[in-house]
Amino acid sequence: MNRTALDLWVGFFVALGLAAVLFLATKVGNLSSANLSETYTLQAKFDNIGGLKVRGPVKSAGVLVGRITDIKLDPTSYEAVVTLSIDGRFRFPKDTFASIYTAGLLGEQYVGLDVGGDEKMLQAGDTVTKTQSAVVLEKLISQFLFSKAAEGQDKK
Amino acid sequence: MFSPAVLLRKLGHAVVERIWRLGFATRFLFAILTHSGTAFRRLPLTLREIYFSGVLSLVIILVSGLFVGMVLGLQGFETLQRFGSTEALGIMVALSLTRELGPVVAGLLFASRAGTSVAAEIGLMKATEQLKAMDMMAVNPIARVVAPRFWGGVISMPLLAAMFSAMGVLGGWLIGVVFIGVDDGAFWSQMQAGVDWRYDIWNGIIKSFVFGIAVSLIAVFEGYDSVPTAEGVSRAITRTVVTSALTILALDFVLTSFMFRGTS
Repeated sequence: MNRTALDLWVGFFVALGLAAVLFLATKVGNLSSANLSETYTLQAKFDNIGGLKVRGPVKSAGVLVGRITDIKLDPTSYEAVVTLSIDGRFRFPKDTFASIYTAGLLGEQYVGLDVGGDEKMLQAGDTVTKTQSAVVLEKLISQFLFSKAAEGQDKK
Repeated sequence: MFSPAVLLRKLGHAVVERIWRLGFATRFLFAILTHSGTAFRRLPLTLREIYFSGVLSLVIILVSGLFVGMVLGLQGFETLQRFGSTEALGIMVALSLTRELGPVVAGLLFASRAGTSVAAEIGLMKATEQLKAMDMMAVNPIARVVAPRFWGGVISMPLLAAMFSAMGVLGGWLIGVVFIGVDDGAFWSQMQAGVDWRYDIWNGIIKSFVFGIAVSLIAVFEGYDSVPTAEGVSRAITRTVVTSALTILALDFVLTSFMFRGTS
């Protein structure tokens, strides 16, 4: 095979490979919608995070505003400390409520930020004080059963 | 007659033989890296190997990728339908391919198609004393023959794995959206929301790059270390496929445990 045809084939191969990487990045992955602006971190403490995972979404009014970057246990209060990386374009008031929700019945869990009315804004590194833990189905069911049993005893 | 002493001696001999080969392979890798300058200075040599390892493997990689994606689409739909979440087909197909099947299956196919041909070529050059002749003419066979083949494989492998994954996603889309009727928008949007560029796709590319180094090293080493007879070369080819497959699977486990530990 002469040199020109060889170069042509190798060039075609490399271009096809790069096109595949580009396709994966833009069409399959979230590179095109990736948040390229600056981010700041907030922390939120929860009694129970349920099935929350690192890299999980942080949403406000259903819109993606950040990602969970770290989850650890506070050794003194035994609460889960969730670190949130928030898109720098969005600022939230001091009395913002952080809750753990589940998308749909079987969907992934995410942190939802419900905005309050405070005029002061949360700054980088601040901790969201108002939080609501994940709903644990087993707890709910056992509470329901106990209340039913108590109702039954009252009737007697 | 069965004798524990003989068995122990054979076992010991086999272990020493493996350790010797491992040491030689490591030394061989360093020799390749030291002589890699030639492979890049004389670019046509490496381009020729990218052609033989990469371009000639295109058909098997693209067709296999398409079919693997189609099977994933079909099986995924069957399973997800039971939970009423067929929209998640896109993310299921994409994550399976970019994280695991793309790099691993492309690596196995690459070892069978390109690795064996490299091992056979170098083994035959050794059997016909071409390597010795080069040495006699003061041409270093590692710089002239081995290094370009090694780098040709290392460069080709990640590109082939990316093409395999891309074709697989298209195969999954073809079956799921075109033939079965999963919603097109949900298929792509769920995929884009769930597949992370850096975490899933980039890690998959790193995996395929590591597999490329492993398979290329095994292929050139087995060819270079083969017994210079017809039987020796055939054994080298067999060893290339077996060792490459086992190495890819073992490396995949190690890399996966590092890359995706406890966060998915």
